[in-house]
Amino acid sequence: MSRQASGLRAWVLQRISAAYIGLYIIYATGHFIINPPQSHADWKAWVADPLVAFALSLFFALLLVHAWVGIRDVLIDYVKPIMARVALLTLFGLGFLGCGLWAAKVIFLAAMPS
Amino acid sequence: MMTKNRPVFLDLTQLSFPIPAIMSVGHRASGILMVLAIPFLVYMLDLSLSGAEGFATAQSVFSGWFAKLLMFVLLWALLHHLLAGIRYLLIDFDIFVDKEMGTLSAKAVMVAAPILALFIEVLL
Repeated sequence: MSRQASGLRAWVLQRISAAYIGLYIIYATGHFIINPPQSHADWKAWVADPLVAFALSLFFALLLVHAWVGIRDVLIDYVKPIMARVALLTLFGLGFLGCGLWAAKVIFLAAMPS
Repeated sequence: MMTKNRPVFLDLTQLSFPIPAIMSVGHRASGILMVLAIPFLVYMLDLSLSGAEGFATAQSVFSGWFAKLLMFVLLWALLHHLLAGIRYLLIDFDIFVDKEMGTLSAKAVMVAAPILALFIEVLL
């Protein structure tokens, strides 16, 4: 991932993901202020809507891409010893991958007809 | 490759930090803070969707004063990051590039982020 997310490509990825994340958070915040989920069934039905499930999955995917590009920049700027840098990049990379799979599982299970 | 012996000056006590620099540090710090909050966000999504009991637990997590304070800090971080990010995007499009507008827009980000965070916290 690190080689694919460097230079101009990282710059573009960071801006495209930022635009989607920003717009999605504004939309979701507005939605929850106007129409907060009243019950578990209510909340699950909202997430299970195919359009919401897709938009939410895309949100998590782009959030993790954005977080990866950002944390990669910070670690390369401040962590100079190469072993410590590789260790931290690996830790965050695996952590983000785990969070992505976890979120995908949660959304998939909620969207499954039960 | 960059040359290895270029001059580097990183004495934080000697460097000056004008408002745009403080705003920029805030953009990074808020990003790191939110990265650390991602596992918690996924955990809350999992908990709230796990069943009626989990949904109630997830709701009750936000009721204590400490949780409300934490929520405010995270909202502040989010809004600072979002507003500073929009400012950077505008600078990419050659807007707010001169010194006066750069300082003014950085001040606007610094002031607007905590106010908007408080406003949204009250509404949510």
